[in-house]
Amino acid sequence: MVAYIARRVLAIIPVMAVVAMFVFLLLYLSPGDPAVVIAGDQATPEDVEKIRQGLGLDRPFFVRFAEWIWQIVHFDLGTSIFTGQPVSTLIAQRIEPTLSLMVITLLFAVITSIPLGILAAWKAGAWLDRIIMTFAVFGFSVPVFVVGYVLAYVFALELDWLPVQGYSPIAQGIGHWLEGLLLPAATLGCVYIALIARTTRTAVLEVLRQDYIRTARAKGVGQIATLFLHALKNAAVPVVTVIGIGVALLIGGAVVTESVFAIPGLGRLTVDAILRRDYPVIQSLVLLFSLVYVLVNLAVDLLYTVVDPRIRY
Amino acid sequence: MIFVALFAPILGTVDPTAIAARLRTREPSALHWFGTDMLGRDLYSRVLYGARVSLIVGFSVAALSSIGGLAIGLFSGFFRAMDAVVMRVMDGIMSIPSILLAVALMALTRGSVGNVIIAITIAETPRVSRLVRGVVLSLREQAYVDAAITCGTRTPVIVLKHILPNALASIIVQATYVCASAMITEAILSFIGAGTPPFIPSWGNIMAEGRALWQVKFYIVLFPAIFLSMTVLAVNLLGDGLRDALDPRMTKAA
Repeated sequence: MVAYIARRVLAIIPVMAVVAMFVFLLLYLSPGDPAVVIAGDQATPEDVEKIRQGLGLDRPFFVRFAEWIWQIVHFDLGTSIFTGQPVSTLIAQRIEPTLSLMVITLLFAVITSIPLGILAAWKAGAWLDRIIMTFAVFGFSVPVFVVGYVLAYVFALELDWLPVQGYSPIAQGIGHWLEGLLLPAATLGCVYIALIARTTRTAVLEVLRQDYIRTARAKGVGQIATLFLHALKNAAVPVVTVIGIGVALLIGGAVVTESVFAIPGLGRLTVDAILRRDYPVIQSLVLLFSLVYVLVNLAVDLLYTVVDPRIRY
Repeated sequence: MIFVALFAPILGTVDPTAIAARLRTREPSALHWFGTDMLGRDLYSRVLYGARVSLIVGFSVAALSSIGGLAIGLFSGFFRAMDAVVMRVMDGIMSIPSILLAVALMALTRGSVGNVIIAITIAETPRVSRLVRGVVLSLREQAYVDAAITCGTRTPVIVLKHILPNALASIIVQATYVCASAMITEAILSFIGAGTPPFIPSWGNIMAEGRALWQVKFYIVLFPAIFLSMTVLAVNLLGDGLRDALDPRMTKAA
């Protein structure tokens, strides 16, 4: 078990190395020469060359790559070209809304999608199943921002139940915080719910054919207990896997959702950075999001042994 | 489920081609079926022209990433020595959420339809190659592949004549899903201003332009949104239908 965990943690290294390489290439290939910019209009080519040497830009690719990795490991993400602030400060300022949005969405999605999936599996083939699965296909097909605008139009503009846009920090009261996040979370959760519900349905259907389910029914275990205790427990591995994989959807979706609902989070920061071509910021965000994704999936891998004791490493 | 399986191919193929057929005949009209945007341009014709971008991007990305994924998947599935290295690289690319990857790539280049296609293709290819590799790994255990090896067939011939045809079904299904997700990604890229340049109408662009006015003129966002959703839905249903038709096992499970 310990050996397995160690192996799994070590396996992150090559993956993150590829990500880091890609992210570094992004900066390396980015248009514009920093030395020319710093030297200004009046500079002679010799001046530019001097500045380039001063910045270490004339050294080979791999030397610069190694140096950059060294900085990253020491949490030095560089400074934003646009604002001049350290990237780590920018990220720290923006992390709360994004984290709130993701956690709420995750909870909301898991709580709604798993019962939906189980229900669909239980009533497989019946109209209830068809309705749920139709919604699931719609969830896959309607882009995040379309869901966002429609929800905002109906619930905020027409019905006036919830705030249209904006974010209220958790420090200013949990009620307002939650109110502001309901629509964004529903928006962001749409695809995620569709994905989890579909997987749950397939996994539970598979389990329901097993002998022990028939045994449970024969000895008089109620329908609800059979579905949630016996079936769900045994169907947990694919469901947990897809919850982990789906985090990528949440990250990508957050970028869009935050734009629609004017939430000042990391997604908004990403969009701004792209529009301003602020490469150090883009770089750090890609690196950060990928790391989060990899770590979530590592956690999911380690969870397998908890949800399914039959799995032994 | 059976209904969807039976009718999805019809639903799916009719819808996109119907849009394309209307495109050829109808130039921007003075009737303004969907109203006009803030510059007085006819929304109806813009939405129809936007269909072009979405379909081109969807189909090109599906085709390119299938070819790329096929090449990488066949290669690493059959030559075990390269497998570990290639797949680690693919894992690395896959661990960057695909929208983020496409967005980052677009930040490097200027916005153009071609660049959008390239960026989304790079983001989608690893997934296809994973799938192909999985299929190849299970196929190469089959008796007929052993038989071919025993007969002294050269490896490239085995890969192309024995493995490829059997892997094709699942790749075609995957390609339709890639096509659907590429259209969504294109719209998202354009929507946040990192995709198709503003002078080419695409569904994402029209919505991005409508964004400033969405609280008062909701229809500017609504019409392209409906078209985009319906097209993606049609392609997804086509994928589900193809999957059920091509894979007998899945029909029973579903």
